Amino acid sequence: MIKWLVVALVLLWAVVPGLFTGYDPIAGVPADKLLAPSAEHWFGTDAVGRDLFARVVHGAVHSLSGAFVAVAVGLVLGTLLGLLAGSVGGFADTVVMRVVDVLLSVPGLLLALTVIILLGPGTVNVALAVGIGSVATFARLARSEVVKTRRADYVEAAFGSGGRFVPVLWRHVLPNSLGPVIALAALQFGVAILAISTLGFLGYGAEPPTPEWGLLISEGRNYLATAWWLTTLPGAVVVAVVLAAGRISRRIDELARRA
Amino acid sequence: MRKAGQSALVLWAAFTAAYVLLQLLPGDAILIKFQNPELGLSPEQIAQIREYYGTEGPAAYLHTLLGFLRGDFGYSIDTGTPVVERLAEALPETAKLAGLGFALAVVLAVAIAFASGHRLLAWLREVPSLFVAVPVFWVGILLIQLFSFRLKLVPVIGGTEAQQLILPVLTLAVPICAPIAQVLARGIDQVSTQPFVQVVAAKGASRRWILWRHVARNAMLPTLTMAGLTFGELIAGSVITETVFGRNGVGRLTEQAVSAQDTPVLLAVVVLAATVFVLVNLIVDLLFPILDPRLR
Repeated sequence: MIKWLVVALVLLWAVVPGLFTGYDPIAGVPADKLLAPSAEHWFGTDAVGRDLFARVVHGAVHSLSGAFVAVAVGLVLGTLLGLLAGSVGGFADTVVMRVVDVLLSVPGLLLALTVIILLGPGTVNVALAVGIGSVATFARLARSEVVKTRRADYVEAAFGSGGRFVPVLWRHVLPNSLGPVIALAALQFGVAILAISTLGFLGYGAEPPTPEWGLLISEGRNYLATAWWLTTLPGAVVVAVVLAAGRISRRIDELARRA
Repeated sequence: MRKAGQSALVLWAAFTAAYVLLQLLPGDAILIKFQNPELGLSPEQIAQIREYYGTEGPAAYLHTLLGFLRGDFGYSIDTGTPVVERLAEALPETAKLAGLGFALAVVLAVAIAFASGHRLLAWLREVPSLFVAVPVFWVGILLIQLFSFRLKLVPVIGGTEAQQLILPVLTLAVPICAPIAQVLARGIDQVSTQPFVQVVAAKGASRRWILWRHVARNAMLPTLTMAGLTFGELIAGSVITETVFGRNGVGRLTEQAVSAQDTPVLLAVVVLAATVFVLVNLIVDLLFPILDPRLR
C-alpha cells in the first residue's frame, strides 16, 4: 500500500507542486538561511534561505519526467529489438544479441557519459543517455519472453489458421510477452531516477538553481559540517521513490506470472 | 576457445562503437583547447595539430585500433601527455578501492545471506533491496557526515591510508553486496528444498555439515555468475565514490575527460572498463565446468 502512496504523492508533487508548499523554490529569504527542519520548514532551509521541502517538491518534475523519457526510450527500442530477435530468429537474432552483449559490456555510467560527451549536458540529454543505457536490458528480457510465447499453442494455432506474420505478432505474441517487460519498466523507472540523480550530482544534468534532486544533494555538500538536512533529506526522498518503484515492479511481475 | 573468441569480438565491437560515437562529436577537444585567440593559431596550424593527434579518417581508426592492441592509447588532448601515463597514474588507486570494495561486498553478502536464514534475523532479507535503492554518492556523503563530522572517528583531510580508504570502501561495498546477497539467499532457499538434502539429512548429517558441504556449494554457482556481473557496477561505483571522496583515480580522470571533451582518454577508459567486465565474466564462464561436475 505504502509503495502506491509514495509514487502517487511524488507524481502529485510533479503535477501540482503548489498544493504542497507555499514557499518559492528559487527565491530565498536571506534572513532565514540554514535553519534546521522545523514545523515551519519541514526540511529546513539552505544557504540562501530557500525552503528545502519546496525545492524537493518542485524538483520532482525534473526527476520524474527524466525517468519517464529514459524508460520510454529503453522500453520502446528494447522491446522492438527483442521482438525482432525473438520472432525472426536466425541471423537477426544473432546480430541483435551481439549488440546487446556489447551494450552490456560497458558499465551504464560510462555509457551514459559517452552519450553526454556527445550530446552535451542538460536534463533531456541525461534522460536520453540513461534510456540508451537500458535498451540492452529491455531487449534481452523481451527476446526471452517472445521466444517463450512463440512456442505457445495459441500462436501455432493463429499461424496455422492462416494468420500472417506481423498481425499475429501484434495481436498474440506482443501482448502476451509484455507482462514481465512492464514489470522491468517499473523497476527501471527507479533505476533511472537513481542514474539521473547521479548524473545531476556529477554536474551533467540541470543547471543551478534548478532544484533537481541530485543537484540539491551536490549543493548541500558544502555544508556537511553544519547542515546535515541539506544532503540527507533529498537523498531520503530519492531512496523512498526508488524503493517504491522496486516494490511495484515485483508486484506487477507476480501478477504477470500468475496470469 | 569459442567463448574467448566471442569475448574478443564483443570487445572489438565495443571499441568500434565507442570510437565511432566519439568521432561524431561536434565541438571537439582540439578546438576547445586551441581555438583561444590569445594563442594566435591559424586554421592551418590547428589542422596540423589535428593530424598530430591523428583524429581524422579511416586510417586513424586502424591506427588507433592497432595502438590499443599494443597498449598505446594515443595522447590526451587535454594535457598532451600519453593516455597510458595518465591511466598508469590513476589505475593503482582505483584498483585498490575496487578490490577492497569487492572483497568487503562479498563478505557482507555471505554474512547477510547466511544470517537471514536464521528465524530471528529474517528481516535481513530486506536489506539488499534497500541497498540497491540507495544512491552511491548519497551513501558516501552520509558516511562522511556521520563518521567524520559527527563522531569525528575519521579525519576529513589527511590521516593514514587506512583512514582514507575505509569510508570509500564501505560506500562502494553497499551497492555491490546487494545483488550478490540476493542471489545467494535465493540459492540457499532453492537448494534446501531439493530431495537430495533430505536424503543427506536422513543419513544423519548435521545441519551445519549440510549447510556448508551441500547447500552452500550448490548455491555458490549462480552467486559466482552474479558476482561477475557486478563488475560493471563496481567500475561505475568507483568512479562515483572517487568523486565524492575527492580521491585521485580513474573516476577523477573520467570526470576531467568528460568536461574537457578529451575523447582519447574517455575512449581508453570505456574500452578498459569493457575489457575488465568481459574478461571477468569469461573467467567465470570457464570456471563453471571446473566447479560443477554436471557441466563437464
